[in-house]
Amino acid sequence: MEYLLAFVFCGFVCLVAQIIYDRTKLTPGHITCGLVVFGAFLDIFDLYDKLISIFHAGALLPITSFGHSLMHGALEKTSEYGLLGVAMGMFDLTAAGITSAILFAFIVALICKPKS
Amino acid sequence: MNKFTRLVKNRIEVKLMNENQYNKLAEDLKPKVSYFKNAVLAFLFGGCIGLFGQILVRIYMNVLHLTEKEAGTPMIVTMILIACVLTGLGIFDKIAKYAGAGTFVPITGFANALTSAALESKSEGIVLGVASNMFKLGGAVITFGVVAAYVMGVIRYVFFG
Amino acid sequence: MSSSASQKNATLTFQNVYIESTGTFVGPIEKEGPLGDYFENYSDDLYYGEKTFEKAEREMSKIAIDSCLQKVNRTYDDLDLVVAGDLLNQLTASNFVAKDLNTPFIGVYGACSTACLSMLNAATYVEHTSFKRVLAYTSSHNATAERQYRYPLEYGIQKKDMTTYTATGCGSILLSNQVSNVRIAHATIGKVIDLNQKDANDMGRAMVPCAYDTLHQHLNDLQRTVNDYDLIVTGDLSTYGKEILKELFKADGINLDNYDDCGCMLFDIANQEVFQGGSGCACSALVSYGYLYPLLQQKKLHRVLILATGALLSPTSTQQKESIPCISHAISMEVV
Repeated sequence: MEYLLAFVFCGFVCLVAQIIYDRTKLTPGHITCGLVVFGAFLDIFDLYDKLISIFHAGALLPITSFGHSLMHGALEKTSEYGLLGVAMGMFDLTAAGITSAILFAFIVALICKPKS
Repeated sequence: MNKFTRLVKNRIEVKLMNENQYNKLAEDLKPKVSYFKNAVLAFLFGGCIGLFGQILVRIYMNVLHLTEKEAGTPMIVTMILIACVLTGLGIFDKIAKYAGAGTFVPITGFANALTSAALESKSEGIVLGVASNMFKLGGAVITFGVVAAYVMGVIRYVFFG
Repeated sequence: MSSSASQKNATLTFQNVYIESTGTFVGPIEKEGPLGDYFENYSDDLYYGEKTFEKAEREMSKIAIDSCLQKVNRTYDDLDLVVAGDLLNQLTASNFVAKDLNTPFIGVYGACSTACLSMLNAATYVEHTSFKRVLAYTSSHNATAERQYRYPLEYGIQKKDMTTYTATGCGSILLSNQVSNVRIAHATIGKVIDLNQKDANDMGRAMVPCAYDTLHQHLNDLQRTVNDYDLIVTGDLSTYGKEILKELFKADGINLDNYDDCGCMLFDIANQEVFQGGSGCACSALVSYGYLYPLLQQKKLHRVLILATGALLSPTSTQQKESIPCISHAISMEVV
């Protein structure tokens, strides 16, 4: 069941993004930025956590969860440091993702050659 | 002779139509494209990525003895690795041609953006090429994410405690 | 914004400009296209064995130029002048090729209209100056153009439907006052036309107005009709742009039956992944020098009008949400 839910949610977010891409002049860059901001926005009301508990990986994979993770990490640190914590905790939860993306992109770029 | 031309001496004085008239004509002649197929493919490819992610989560839970929450991180890292490798092999863009949003919405899109930009600039060297250009396409997501999370984080903390 | 084919003459007439030779080089997709057999030099690989795509574009151009000259037993020493251009910033491809030619050099930028722009410049020098043997060449390369104007090659973006495919290759032509069986008869210099089209993914639509303007200007200046030509071709208006142009002329009461578009001729649109057709400087150059010129030599065609079209945008101007100004230059080739 969890597999079906993951499939449906991730697919749904992609579907909405595809419709926006086809019908407007927005580029994938614009759309992903919009999704990230939306993910952060949902976290104001703790909604994204609920989505993750229902849809599992289906809610973790879209770039919206990046916005959620940034927000979540920021807020977690506020319990210790108050308002300063927002900046301090920002990359806590996304550290692994960003680090691995940079690392792997770098290694692949060194090894491979662009094709047509 | 239509309203856009008039005979002046022996020369046809051609007055190019204005922007609105041209746009109307061009729109009328535009081939109709079906967006339905694109939407279905985006849903299917995106869904498969979601499904595959969940399978990975289960595997990591069993093999590494993690809770579901903890298994999320290695799953994301694995998806990023796969996307980077597929980009380097020249396969990712072939899939993305059909999948559209199905590949650029999940974290795979972000990984592809970094890798393709870095790979592209290889001819300019490691520092000025690969390293400097890596965030050309993916940087926007980080910028917007951080700024949005900061602003909303402050709003949430101040108003909701 | 509107403009008019002006009462002023914009057409040059040549009495003593002949085509001595042409040479071409194409990439894999072009070789597999319907005109593939007409291109003697080609590569199976966009890298052509070079380290970068930029170097590949230059090597391809060198072969096209050498092939052009060898056919008539000429060397670089026989050249009085070279005129060339391409799509890259600062005309990198053309400049780096020219450094080996040891001949006075003029670089010109006309985006995809460069084939006709370089030809009309070369022809003017042959007709009116002491430079009697002039080489003109132009190239484009799919990968170098994508890098500069669009996105990294491996970026997973789904291209929009009205997009065109930048052709890979080089076309070179040798003009001189030495009589041969095909000559350059006229050239019309186009005006920059802008109807506020902003979609960089649909350049065909942006370029139609300038092709329309230049074709009318040409016909007006020479008091001719479209039927005075066996064939009229535009550079790269795409299948969509082609229909718009035909419709515009239909509204003027003119049937463009003897009309085609180089970008649509160079590729098999139904079976090759080229979206709405080919584009790039090489498009009009390859079709004109590689296919139309032999047909003229064999007298299968007698008078051809080539309207190369160029979109004068830059990556920055598109990002700044500016419109796309375009230009089209015309060259008529005819059997002597």
